[in-house]
Amino acid sequence: MAFKLPRLPTRCDDMTWSVIWWQMWDIFWHLFMLSLIAIGGAITVAPDIQRYLVVDNGWLTPMQFNNAIALAQMAPGPNLMFIPLLGWQVALNSPALNQLSASAPWLVWIIAVLSAFSALLAIVLPSSLLTYQLASWAHARRTRIGIKAFKAGLTPVVIALLVAAALLIAQGIPVVNGRLPQIALTVLAAVLVWRTQLHLLWLIAGGALAGALGWV
Amino acid sequence: MPASISELFWAFTRIALQGFGGVVAIVQRELVDKRGWLTHQEFTEEWAVAQIMPGPNVVNLAMILGGRYFGWRGAIAGVLGMVVMPTFIILVLAVTLANLIDYPLTRDIMRGVSAVSAGLIGGAALRMLGHLNTHVLGLRICLVLFTTTLLAIAWLRLPLIWVLLPLAAVGWLLSYRAYQRAVTT
Repeated sequence: MAFKLPRLPTRCDDMTWSVIWWQMWDIFWHLFMLSLIAIGGAITVAPDIQRYLVVDNGWLTPMQFNNAIALAQMAPGPNLMFIPLLGWQVALNSPALNQLSASAPWLVWIIAVLSAFSALLAIVLPSSLLTYQLASWAHARRTRIGIKAFKAGLTPVVIALLVAAALLIAQGIPVVNGRLPQIALTVLAAVLVWRTQLHLLWLIAGGALAGALGWV
Repeated sequence: MPASISELFWAFTRIALQGFGGVVAIVQRELVDKRGWLTHQEFTEEWAVAQIMPGPNVVNLAMILGGRYFGWRGAIAGVLGMVVMPTFIILVLAVTLANLIDYPLTRDIMRGVSAVSAGLIGGAALRMLGHLNTHVLGLRICLVLFTTTLLAIAWLRLPLIWVLLPLAAVGWLLSYRAYQRAVTT
């Protein structure tokens, strides 16, 4: 290799470092490719990421993967937040990194955070560059009929995709107290968003409360 | 439009931190209703572009708008605003709360929050539907395209790409003709 990866001052052999960097690079590259086909958001490529991390490489347990998705749903932010979490978890699982934990525990955290941001960058960068180029190209020609018609024609299709996403999430909720209360809560939230200016955090809090009280 | 790049960054950070599953509803509220950076129609159109591009759609939207206002630096600020804070928050949550996932109460709460998230997305879509009557194709054709897409994705479970390509093409052709007619008459 032409360039040398940074070595940090700890008692740890070259082999371990190359394992750590190689794993981070492998994940980066895999997510980088997936980013370009993730139409409809990162969640659409989640099944493939599961296969890659859990089934093929065994870097995560199935449980850890599911927990990452669940935790990302509970946390604020776009739904791709499970990606940095997976990067973080893979780093913490890695045997190579665990060798370090005795001599330099702080280094383990730094590498785990680095691994999280590396995964995030990989999933965001390629699609963003592509989108940026195409969006600026289209915006420069926004008065042309072809471009206007493209955006206008997509509008009803995309609204339907949103409704489909809402239905998919609603169907994925485990049924404990029957479907009806869940549907009622979803419809109520939708109507409140549609018809009122009620702050959306109140709706989330209301949903959490309804769940905690065992209504849904 | 935002006054500075830092206003843009913080606006998207605010949006990201309020988004629990239904970020599209939050973006609509903040950018259209509260800040007035976009009209309803502009928002729907930009959202359409952000959604058909690969990658997370709210991040795409932040980038497109950031780029529109401040060039590539704005685009970077928009994306970073959307993801940096939430990443730190989720790592902190992972360290502190990871075990909570296994408690029944956490699962109860999650079910409630998920049901509301679905409602937020549905509500944002309803608001967009409400603005279709000013659409160049007219409400009726829009509803046909809408219903076809919805049935193909949610009921027939066809792969997204096979639904999107033909329907986007049909929508494009019809709109193109509608605009042409509007120009000539």
